[in-house]
Amino acid sequence: MSGSVRPRFGAGLRRFFYNRLAVVGLGILIAIAAVSLLAPILPLAHPNITDLAMRIMPPGTEGHVLGTDQLGRDILSRLIWGTRISLAVGLSATAIAAIIGSLIGIVSAFYGGVIDNTLMRGIDMLMAFPYILLALAIVAVLGPGLFNALIAISVVNIPFFARNVRGATVSLVRLEYIDAARLSGKNNFKILFGELLPNVMPVIVITISTTVGWMILETAGLSFLGLGAQPPTPDLGSMLGDGRSVILTAPHVATLPGLVILVLVIGINLVGDGLRDVLDPYLRAGALVSPRPATEVDAKLLARKRAEKADDRRAGESEDGNRKTGAPGGAQSDGGDSGQPDGDAQSDGDGSGHSDGGAPHISELPLSVRNLRTWFWQRDAQIHAADDVSFDLPKGRALGIMGESGSGKSVTALSVLGLVPTPPGRIMDGSVAYYGEELVGAPLEKLRFYRGNRIAYIFQNPMTSLNPLFSVGEQIAEAVRRHQPVTGEEARAKAGELMDMVQIPDARRRINDYPHQLSGGMRQRIGIAIALANDPDVIIADEPTTALDVTIQAQILRLLEDLRERYGVSLVFISHDFGVVSAVCERIVVMYAGEIVESGSVEEIYRRPLHPYTRRLMACVPKVGSRGAEMDAIPGLPPALDRLPAGCRFADRCDMAIEACTSAPVPLEEHANGSPFGAREVRCIRAKEVTV
Amino acid sequence: MYRYIARRLVMMVPVLLGISIIVFFIMELIPGDAAQAILGSYATPENLARVRRELGLDQPLVHRYFIWLGNILQGDLGRSYILQRPVLDEVLDRLGPTMLLAGTSLMLAALFGMFAGVVAAIKQFRWQDGLLTTVVLIGISTPSFWLGLMLTLVFAVELGWFPVSGMSRVVGGGGIGDILHHLVLPSVSLAIVATGVIARLTRSTMLEVLRRDFIRSARAKGLNERSVILKHAYKNALVSIIPVLGIQTGFVIGGAVYIETVFQWPGIGRMLVGAIQQRDILLVQGGVVVIAALYVIINLIVDVLQSVVDPRITV
Ligand code: SF4
Repeated sequence: MSGSVRPRFGAGLRRFFYNRLAVVGLGILIAIAAVSLLAPILPLAHPNITDLAMRIMPPGTEGHVLGTDQLGRDILSRLIWGTRISLAVGLSATAIAAIIGSLIGIVSAFYGGVIDNTLMRGIDMLMAFPYILLALAIVAVLGPGLFNALIAISVVNIPFFARNVRGATVSLVRLEYIDAARLSGKNNFKILFGELLPNVMPVIVITISTTVGWMILETAGLSFLGLGAQPPTPDLGSMLGDGRSVILTAPHVATLPGLVILVLVIGINLVGDGLRDVLDPYLRAGALVSPRPATEVDAKLLARKRAEKADDRRAGESEDGNRKTGAPGGAQSDGGDSGQPDGDAQSDGDGSGHSDGGAPHISELPLSVRNLRTWFWQRDAQIHAADDVSFDLPKGRALGIMGESGSGKSVTALSVLGLVPTPPGRIMDGSVAYYGEELVGAPLEKLRFYRGNRIAYIFQNPMTSLNPLFSVGEQIAEAVRRHQPVTGEEARAKAGELMDMVQIPDARRRINDYPHQLSGGMRQRIGIAIALANDPDVIIADEPTTALDVTIQAQILRLLEDLRERYGVSLVFISHDFGVVSAVCERIVVMYAGEIVESGSVEEIYRRPLHPYTRRLMACVPKVGSRGAEMDAIPGLPPALDRLPAGCRFADRCDMAIEACTSAPVPLEEHANGSPFGAREVRCIRAKEVTV
Repeated sequence: MYRYIARRLVMMVPVLLGISIIVFFIMELIPGDAAQAILGSYATPENLARVRRELGLDQPLVHRYFIWLGNILQGDLGRSYILQRPVLDEVLDRLGPTMLLAGTSLMLAALFGMFAGVVAAIKQFRWQDGLLTTVVLIGISTPSFWLGLMLTLVFAVELGWFPVSGMSRVVGGGGIGDILHHLVLPSVSLAIVATGVIARLTRSTMLEVLRRDFIRSARAKGLNERSVILKHAYKNALVSIIPVLGIQTGFVIGGAVYIETVFQWPGIGRMLVGAIQQRDILLVQGGVVVIAALYVIINLIVDVLQSVVDPRITV
């Protein structure tokens, strides 16, 4: 255990010093601490010597740099001595509260049962009082005085330590190594202080960093009220209290001690924030950056797009008018065969080569992605999450994107409507077109018009992708209202219909349920209902069944298939699972390390996978519904996407790799035509050798 | 909903009992005994004995506790020896001003804190965020009693916009306008720390919530940022903010002690400070018991509010 602490400690220290504000805070604290420690040897007037001839002198008076108070005492000297006392009391109170509180917390969690219950109920009782009130009650009983104030402040802060430390310890006690320590014959004392205490130390430090500032403020507060430091002892709070009576004639007497407290506590808070950044694993994960409304588009690309658009303006924009009612005329011929039943996935093999022979014009495609490049920009690395991805999706067709996690399939899908989080995402190049209408670099308003309206998403985890605080009916109705001119009442009625459509039993009643009241499968049906709310032309389903049980998975797949056939929606279906993809899709694009490595009809890929990666992928997930077991059958890891090899990205894991594979980039080459809506392509120099 | 409230009400009973036990035993810690404390060191032995009997101090500890509890439940908090009137009357007279001050401050803190937090979160990395974060840092580091003095100095003494102090009675004074006029400086001073705490929490919670999957879902529906942030993100942030509002209520009520002293506000806080200085133990005890009970009720309201926002909380 302790061995792993050292390197983290060094990294943490560096992180702390990286935070400029924390360093400023540390500087403030060191300066204040140094001055107050040195007080006895500094050339200061005695803080308690009164000189009635020199009463209430303003700052800058000869011999009294900061002036004097109403008894003629030197304010600078009193400030320094006062800071010394305030710090000493504040820190002592912190130490007492931290020790007793942590002890209560750690013991409570370790022994559990009655001990835990009794201690924690006691802590709850202390917390039932408003913070300062309890301190007042204690001072009332013990009598005013600095030491009693210290005790009172310690007591009221004990609960914070007890609770936090208990929480942290409880999660540790369950870990195996505590059991191991018990079995190895260590006694409880050793386990408590040798094993547990070092591991909850970060929590204790975090709690100190939040409470020490309060404790100094409260010490000053009690002294200010006359309940802490008694005259003539200088203490920042009591000086402030003394200054109050001359506030009108000599405001500096009260102002200065307050300023010192302010600066001191600011220093403490800055350091505390820095420490929390380092010690809190949750903050360390960089959780506190929120994504923008749309993915950033690289400035150069944006400029280029704008220039192109200006050129195109002459051509006119007739699509806008009939977008809502359906595809422009040209696409109809292509969409005609989408209504065919299941069988066509099988007959595709030969037949579609002829029917799709002439590639449809981009303006006839509900979705066309060209050379899409989306990168993640991190502090010192660029992650090539999706590199040069292209595919077309005709009306009513289903395209599968397959790959392991991190292959870029989700990033590709989310890039379509700018839903890749920025930071860190940025679209670097390429185009996404809806019936010829460019979406990359489109104004946010335009993206919003398409989102959920013409192109809709179904997400992976229906538990987290539904808002827990709104009823499912409300969440569906909201999607309807956003894009259709209906009243709230009508939107609700529509929500009910949609719930019927996705086969939610007893939809009338379920409409008021909240997500947590539904099963996983039902929640995903809600997700589908939301996607269907505005009769979209394209639905992008990102691993929609991965989080579900096998039987539910099959039901959801059937539902999607059924809806696609009935409404002629085009579908992009993303999954790591060949079985799932082949159940729904006609054409498959396989992605690896951000690139497309193979594409073709389901039939072709099933019969003759050309890329070694595809073969592995298919071998390791043979059936519909292998939840969680993603990829453990493929040895090795994909390359780090910020340090990609020059040649084939799969070379490290490929059992067919030869020297030529790693020397130069391997292009995606057309292998044969004869696929539905797209060529048979593969990115492997040895693909021609595949005979199976 | 009603079942939830009923259950919470039942759960209040042990907490209130616990409070009574703590208060009772803290008072038992007084060196000497309560009779001595009440009568002072010059009391005659006869008087001491009489007061001891009156207070039931000759009875065993547990017995005394139940007598004391019974009296409290009947509204008998004893008599203040300094003011020579029932403690309950005095406390109730002072409760109004304190609630007015604390309530106003809390409202200011909640409104400005949440507003500033939301703005800072959606303007992350821009100047608005930097400015607000700095102001908030200063806010949470400020001693409220000092701020009260400084505000008095600037806005009451120099500019003369507001009265220095002198709020004597809430009802029957110069009407609403006068009350508000007197309320501005104290409530702002009292609100400043809570505002900072709430703003910080709101900012970090909003940033965290905005990363969740359902926000992406909301954007995928085509909702504008206004709905995404104010409806979807904010309501979820409230789930974390509401409990802290409860805790901050406790801090504000406690902080009122300082502010009431600075502005000579006729509330319980100032009463307590005076009572402590004059060793009027029964008055201190009465004030603490009433405020603690009030705080328990406030926490109940907070819990109910939480259950309204979050449907996952059930009975
Ligand atoms: S190009 Fe070479 S390394 Fe890459 S998949 Fe083909 S055989 Fe394997």
